[in-house]
Amino acid sequence: MIRTEELRELTRVRTALFLREPEAMFWVFGFPLVLAAVLGFAFRNTGPAPNRVAVVGADPAPFAERLRGDELLEVEEAFDLEQAMLDLRNGSFDALVLPGDPPELRLDPARPESATARLRLERAFGRALERASDAAGDEPAELFAVDEVEAIGSRYVDFLFPGLIGLNLMGTGMWSIGFAVADLRKRKVLKRLLVTPMRRSSLLASLLLSRLVWLLIELVVLVLFGMWALDVPFRGGLVAFLAVSFVGATAFAGLGLLATARVRTIEGASGMLNLVMMPMWLASGVFFSYERFPELVQPALRLLPLTALNDALRDILLDGEGLAGVAPELAVQAGWGLLAFFLALRLFRWE
Amino acid sequence: MLAVGVETVGEVAVRASGLVKRYDDLVAVDGLDLVARRGQCLGLLGPNGAGKTTTIEMLEGLKAPDGGEIEILGRGWARDAHAIRERIGVQLQDTELFDKITAQETVRMFRSFYAEGLTPEEVLALVGLEEKRDAWVQKLSGGQRQRLTLGCALVSRPEVLFLDEPTTGLDPQARRRVWEIVEDFKARGGTVLLTSHYMEEAERLSDDLVIIDHGKVIAEGSPAEIIASLGAESIVEVRPREESAEAFGKLAFDALPGVREVRGEGAGAVALSVTDTQACVGALLRRLDEEQLLLEDLRTHRPTLEDVFVNLTGKHLRDE
Repeated sequence: MIRTEELRELTRVRTALFLREPEAMFWVFGFPLVLAAVLGFAFRNTGPAPNRVAVVGADPAPFAERLRGDELLEVEEAFDLEQAMLDLRNGSFDALVLPGDPPELRLDPARPESATARLRLERAFGRALERASDAAGDEPAELFAVDEVEAIGSRYVDFLFPGLIGLNLMGTGMWSIGFAVADLRKRKVLKRLLVTPMRRSSLLASLLLSRLVWLLIELVVLVLFGMWALDVPFRGGLVAFLAVSFVGATAFAGLGLLATARVRTIEGASGMLNLVMMPMWLASGVFFSYERFPELVQPALRLLPLTALNDALRDILLDGEGLAGVAPELAVQAGWGLLAFFLALRLFRWE
Repeated sequence: MLAVGVETVGEVAVRASGLVKRYDDLVAVDGLDLVARRGQCLGLLGPNGAGKTTTIEMLEGLKAPDGGEIEILGRGWARDAHAIRERIGVQLQDTELFDKITAQETVRMFRSFYAEGLTPEEVLALVGLEEKRDAWVQKLSGGQRQRLTLGCALVSRPEVLFLDEPTTGLDPQARRRVWEIVEDFKARGGTVLLTSHYMEEAERLSDDLVIIDHGKVIAEGSPAEIIASLGAESIVEVRPREESAEAFGKLAFDALPGVREVRGEGAGAVALSVTDTQACVGALLRRLDEEQLLLEDLRTHRPTLEDVFVNLTGKHLRDE
């Protein structure tokens, strides 16, 4: 017999606790929106960043003037070579130009910015030479006819956004359960509940249920924001998206329960949760693709719960996959969820 | 409010025999026996660390004993845990209820665990918190919180109520309000198991007492019986003036008429357990005159549980 009344009351109290805790609300709703907004706008298609270079010499102005005219080159004038070298090393300048015949270029070949600065400087210098030989002073023609398109789905923000949803599902899932359990234990409320006829499964179910109530709202808010403010595409099926999110959130709830199954303090819980989550922040392809890691470890990375969730979300949002297309990722997450709940219930410390 | 009939009063409600609990090398409870009868309050009195909480937590089914038997309302924890939990109410030491949940919501949550019981409003009325129904727990005073946890323990109309140090840290007035609620519960036929290190509390609420030290029962019976076991009519406390203290200490107090026990209280002061107060005090004063010794203070009082406890263990119940 399922005691619906106790499940309802436990869930109600848990929900009220969440609503009355403004900080918790921020971490679930505010933080991901802020993160998505900041990163989304920061990496909006602003085009390539200009290179900052310096012409260094006793009278740098005439040479600097010859290089100007390219919006991708910010040409400064400097007189002190030593100071300029320092600025080159700390990244303020991408390259230094020392006028002469031939002019000298100083740069750090290991920095991509220096490499592009060099190409741009060469182009600007070439044009300057052309202008000097051409009496009419016409702008030299472009070598290619360029057709500019903005490809939705291939921008960084498109890559990032599904990762942020995944990250948020992990964070709120693990925190909401893990923190609640540690708090119940610290307050000795768990112990107090043990002397009532309450079914232990009701308590765990209420934690999960109160989490899933917010999951739906959280997803709607995030996805609408992404589509409206960042033009992120939603190409796949809604059912697949909800299924992946639901299974993912449940798996992380289980992991949160497992991580805090035995800790006695809030500090201990926070340490354990961070320990579990940190590696996935980096290795599960939230901010950059995990394909940047050595090929050897990639199969293992793909088995991480957050990697599976992120891959599935990207497949759905960007590549238009349906439920069948994300079945392997769903299986990985379901596996984590089952394993976590199984272990958590065995290890769980009520007192 | 309780369904317990008068005819059941006096039956055994809680019985423990030969209870043992060990933590590593420490024996916290060492072969303890106790019986609580229906409609009565059994008090477990003892200093901090005596094993009271361990004992009551074994009775509540929170800790498994390493030895001995427990029977609650005729049932055992091994087979009938759920049925027992439906019929007992528990107030643990230092449970912190949720700060941002109201009194009414807290009670309602606890009510939902039980098949039957009072309504949340009835519980709040019972513990005098009607006006605080919509106040968050964090806004309640210490005494109000304690009454709320008591309300949570009463929500199922329990037959047995377990109270572990229910008034520790409360001011005298708040303490009395808690006592009134417990007395009301008892008056309706409820059985109470109480731990306390407050003598006054144990004496006021308990019909029977077990005094516990080092995990063992060192005295039991009604408060009056336990006090009578001292065999003294009164306790005479005498304190000499500083200049007389040395000579005072050499007096043979046990040679005075009616003195059963002599206990040094420090700085030359003594407490005498006395069977004949008048004869003893008279003889004492004459003796002091003969020796030309000066008194700072002389008091007599009826023996209390504290005196019994000090007599049995050489320790005070609590260090004040």
